[in-house]
Amino acid sequence: MMRLPWFDYRAPRSVEEAAKILAWEGNGAMLIAGGTDLLPNMKRRHQMPQTLVSVRQVEALKKIANGSGLRLGAGLTLTELLAVRGLRERYRALAQAAAQVATPQLRNMGTLGGNLCLDTRCTYYNQNYEWRKAIDFCMKKDGEVCWVATASKRCLAVSSTDTAPALIALGARVKLVSAAGEREIALAELYQNDGIDYLKRKPDEILTEVLLPQPDGWRSSYWKLRRRGSFDFPLLGVAAAAKLAADGTVEAARLVLGAVSSHPLVIKSDALAGRKLTDDVIAEIGEAAQSRAKPMDNTDMDLRWRKHVVADFVGYALRELRGDDMSAMRLRIAKQLV
Amino acid sequence: MSAPQKRLEVVGRSRRRVDARAKVLGQLRFADDLVLPRMLHAKLLRSPHPHAVIESLDASRARSHPGVHLVLTGRDFPVPFGIMPVSQDEYPLAPERVRYVGDPVAAVIARDEQTAGEALELIEVKYRALPTIATPEEALAHPETRIHDYGEQGNIHRNQAYEFGDVEDALANADHVFEDLFFYEGNTHLPMEQQASLAAIDGEGKLLLSSSTQNPHYLHRQLAQVLQIPAAQIRVIACPNGGGFGGKCDPGGHEFVVCKAALLLGRPVKIGLTRQEVFYVHRGRHPVLMKLRTGVSRDGRLTAMHLQTLLDGGAYGSHGPASTFYTGVLTPVTYELPRFKFEACRVFTNKPACGPKRGHGTPQPRFGQEVQLDKIAEKLRLDPAKLRLNMVTKPGSLTASWLRVGTTGLAECIRKAVEISGWKAKHRKLPPGRGVGIACSTYMCGAGVSIYWNKMPHSGVQLLVDRSGQVTVFCGSTEIGQGSDDVLAAIVAEVLGVDTGVVRCVTGDTGLTPVDLGSYSSRVTIMMGNAAMQAAERMREQIAGSVCETLGTTPERVAFSQGRVFAAEDPGKGMSFAEAVAITEAKLGTLSTVGSYTPPKPPGKYKGGGVGPSPAYSFSACVVAVEVDEKTGWIHVPKIWIAHDIGRAINPVLARGQVIGGVYMGLGEALMEEQVFRRLPPKLSAALVHRIPSMLDYKSLTALDMPEVEVALIEDPDPNCPFGAKEVGQGPLLPVMPAVANAIYDAVGVRIDELPITPDKVLAALELKAQGKTPRIGPARFPEVPYPKPMFVLPPWEGGDGNESKMPRPLGVAAS
Ligand SMILES: Cc1cc2nc3c(=O)[nH]c(=O)nc-3n(C[C@H](O)[C@H](O)[C@H](O)COP(=O)(O)OP(=O)(O)OC[C@H]3O[C@@H](n4cnc5c(N)ncnc54)[C@H](O)[C@@H]3O)c2cc1C
Ligand code: SF4
Repeated sequence: MMRLPWFDYRAPRSVEEAAKILAWEGNGAMLIAGGTDLLPNMKRRHQMPQTLVSVRQVEALKKIANGSGLRLGAGLTLTELLAVRGLRERYRALAQAAAQVATPQLRNMGTLGGNLCLDTRCTYYNQNYEWRKAIDFCMKKDGEVCWVATASKRCLAVSSTDTAPALIALGARVKLVSAAGEREIALAELYQNDGIDYLKRKPDEILTEVLLPQPDGWRSSYWKLRRRGSFDFPLLGVAAAAKLAADGTVEAARLVLGAVSSHPLVIKSDALAGRKLTDDVIAEIGEAAQSRAKPMDNTDMDLRWRKHVVADFVGYALRELRGDDMSAMRLRIAKQLV
Repeated sequence: MSAPQKRLEVVGRSRRRVDARAKVLGQLRFADDLVLPRMLHAKLLRSPHPHAVIESLDASRARSHPGVHLVLTGRDFPVPFGIMPVSQDEYPLAPERVRYVGDPVAAVIARDEQTAGEALELIEVKYRALPTIATPEEALAHPETRIHDYGEQGNIHRNQAYEFGDVEDALANADHVFEDLFFYEGNTHLPMEQQASLAAIDGEGKLLLSSSTQNPHYLHRQLAQVLQIPAAQIRVIACPNGGGFGGKCDPGGHEFVVCKAALLLGRPVKIGLTRQEVFYVHRGRHPVLMKLRTGVSRDGRLTAMHLQTLLDGGAYGSHGPASTFYTGVLTPVTYELPRFKFEACRVFTNKPACGPKRGHGTPQPRFGQEVQLDKIAEKLRLDPAKLRLNMVTKPGSLTASWLRVGTTGLAECIRKAVEISGWKAKHRKLPPGRGVGIACSTYMCGAGVSIYWNKMPHSGVQLLVDRSGQVTVFCGSTEIGQGSDDVLAAIVAEVLGVDTGVVRCVTGDTGLTPVDLGSYSSRVTIMMGNAAMQAAERMREQIAGSVCETLGTTPERVAFSQGRVFAAEDPGKGMSFAEAVAITEAKLGTLSTVGSYTPPKPPGKYKGGGVGPSPAYSFSACVVAVEVDEKTGWIHVPKIWIAHDIGRAINPVLARGQVIGGVYMGLGEALMEEQVFRRLPPKLSAALVHRIPSMLDYKSLTALDMPEVEVALIEDPDPNCPFGAKEVGQGPLLPVMPAVANAIYDAVGVRIDELPITPDKVLAALELKAQGKTPRIGPARFPEVPYPKPMFVLPPWEGGDGNESKMPRPLGVAAS
């Protein structure tokens, strides 16, 4: 089997302790939560931290608090997240996204924080060391060229987290804690469009909490394109949230695409405000989103086709928001109701 | 012996399979579960280059790495191997040339896997890159870049041509001629278990290899050849395989490596391949380009077919010569076809070697033929089910190519599939976006000839019984998950009238069991089964002869049932099976019988006529329902119905499992599975790599993607088969892919003439349709292939005798 490289393992019990270890160890240390992303990557020699700082023993990261909105500990596993009472009713897009991450086994291990910090993906990169050696590596790790676009100055690896687009659409903020202090930022601000430096998180910062505002009349929906009903990373994620007036007029809306860029792609949806979600309006927004999406030939399925279906998937999400019964379509696409 | 006719008690009843308990409890020991004291671990260094000469290899740093015991290189293996006698073209470790990314060049044996892996990085290999061949078209266009210096010419490994009756003449006289091109992408087996092997030296200094292999017997012979030690000094144990599907038929380089290392070090040496290495070992489905020209009469009968295939063989021979034949030979078995010509060519490319995968060479032309039949039915305005039903081959008939059909339940399969699927109410009648498609197929119940030429039996069974009442059955057959041990136990239990619980199977061990050729070509139930039946009947005869006096009856009237032995006319008068054995043992001494099986001689006597004949053929008919989203091309398969002619189901629940497993694999091949490769911009890199050598990225269906499958087993016992039981391991896969393609046509009116059928292809075809162009996605041209002059054989109904004969019209003069 593929073996892990050697590493030291630390298991602090509090956020403070973890932050101290990170500050002390510097760049040689990495956080590990469920390890479902990091450990396979270490086996492939993408990351080779000298020290793994596990946050699994940190109880504080498992906290769930209702107040003005919902505070979710970053250490909650996706299975635990899905069990949070009222999640589906209040923050449907998040529930739909989390339920479609990987497989049940991986959701039992994988955490919310890990999902938000998930490494970007690329079929030239998510390969073991020997394979990458056969292509003389690439810019993201050990090499120079980006094989997806050889003229590109930056890595185009794909942001593949399912929950981030959903959470951004829901207006989430996150809390980052380090030995030097803490800050709270809009989740969208955590990301940048660079396959290598995809997070604006500093190496010594711990993502401790996700903060969701009160639903306050907002509805949301998440649709995921992938080849199979289970197991696969997204080839496209569409998260939509809207606040609708009693007559169906949109008061405010957010639309975020996943997996078509190196960061969750926020689509300007001002055009929706003051209008109703008619078929025409939905088609218009779908086309606008489609023109923004830049899928690359570095994940599964044909890239032109992936771009072509963006408008359709935006349509599914908006129709679900509007109240259409989309369950038959869900079953055909996701093979499960979420 | 004419035993009293009794109702079947074991055969035909659904039972928990004999190895189920151990499997469910995790007690079954796969090769990778084995651990021995003082065991060392091996790891292989593989080539990062698709085609190169090894200029030098320096392993000195690896040798002195702490914990390393041995480094082996190509120099340690002067003798090549190859599963087929005509393709001895592979070395356990490449001595001077590497031919694909992943070709093994060196091995480190160390105290643990981690250390072995570290030491691999210390081996310095200097390669001189050679030009690479990525496709059959390139292989044909660049004979000067020769991958092997043997074969027919250039990069052509095998080139075959046969003509049964004057096909051009028949095509010229046909009412319609349909010409179609199809492409079937390669794919791999994806067994759950990655190959593992453990070699050890036993107390007497003999070599013992425990391995995940489907064919311990062939492996045994190859080990003797490569290691140059007598076969009697080697014992191969085939551990229960966690799936094989043909991927563990060839001997693997790693198996020789651990054996050699164990011999040199005198310590057990183990290897477990990574999933990526399994993709490199491959031996999976050949990518095949096909051209079919088919003559059809106005009323929908075939008059002739000219089939051309071009196989992408990858870097080595493997089973290639057989695979090449199989892209043609079974084509005439399903429907009456008066004349048939087939030309097949296999080329080498710089990719992992292709070989046998479930259906071996036949799914590709079956896909082409069954999709073409759908087009024919449409053109002639016939129901595709009826078109097929009207021309199924007759029981006991010969094909144009001299294959004996034997029993056939194909007509019944079609009727049944039509019935349970509600075909008549659905085909061409469903709303847009929904459709159904039908397709049929056949498969062999065992290849009629062995892989190496010999006159010995294909399967042998030895039976031991003793006074305890236990029955031990020995056979070289190999349990690869398909349930062969269960079939073995059931057949013996049925004949001796005992429960399968008292039968112990000892299988797949060349040191203990009589030779059986292995788990391939769907041969096990019939060949092992017939051998087992013979051994068991001999045993029953001995017991009957010994106890009849006590029972006051004649040997013929002794009945064996439910663990008892009694007089047929007076069931109350009898004894337990154990008591009967005790009486027999007292009379005859220690009790053992043997049985063996050799398939009948095929009717075709022409050279090459040995590939295709089988003691019996199974048949299947399948209906697939699809829903296609016309906006996105997204394909959803809600349900599949399949009828399979199994002759008789020995254990129906197991047989159904095999059918559903075949459908599962077929649906994956239809919709997504592909073993594909990637080149980089040639100015920057000469790389030629497997795109997706991982379980996550190589797409095959998950449980969630699997539709409901309704299975009908058609039971028409075949006299050549034990209790009439035919194969079920491979056949049911075959009709699925064309049925999917045909269903998509029914749903949205587009033809996807290549596999896999993905939403982007459907959408592209729908766009063509919207533009008023031919709504088809598929290959556009068939390259010039220098096929040889065909061997001409007259069909049985044209006065042939099964030998090569003269072409009735002068060669080279094409019919107009
Ligand atoms: C087969 C397979 C399929 C998958 N499919 C999907 C999918 O469909 N969708 C999807 O979104 N993901 C998928 N994943 C990825 C992964 O399982 C999930 O994203 C999971 O939620 C990651 O969480 P984790 O706790 O295991 O992360 P880890 O592997 O522990 O960590 C991931 C990264 O986040 C960092 N990190 C973890 N916790 C924190 C924290 N509190 N603060 C700061 N940094 C942190 C780690 O240092 C590391 O860089 C898949 C993985 C596999 C193996
Ligand atoms: S996008 Fe380019 S640089 Fe980034 S991982 Fe892929 S090939 Fe490498």
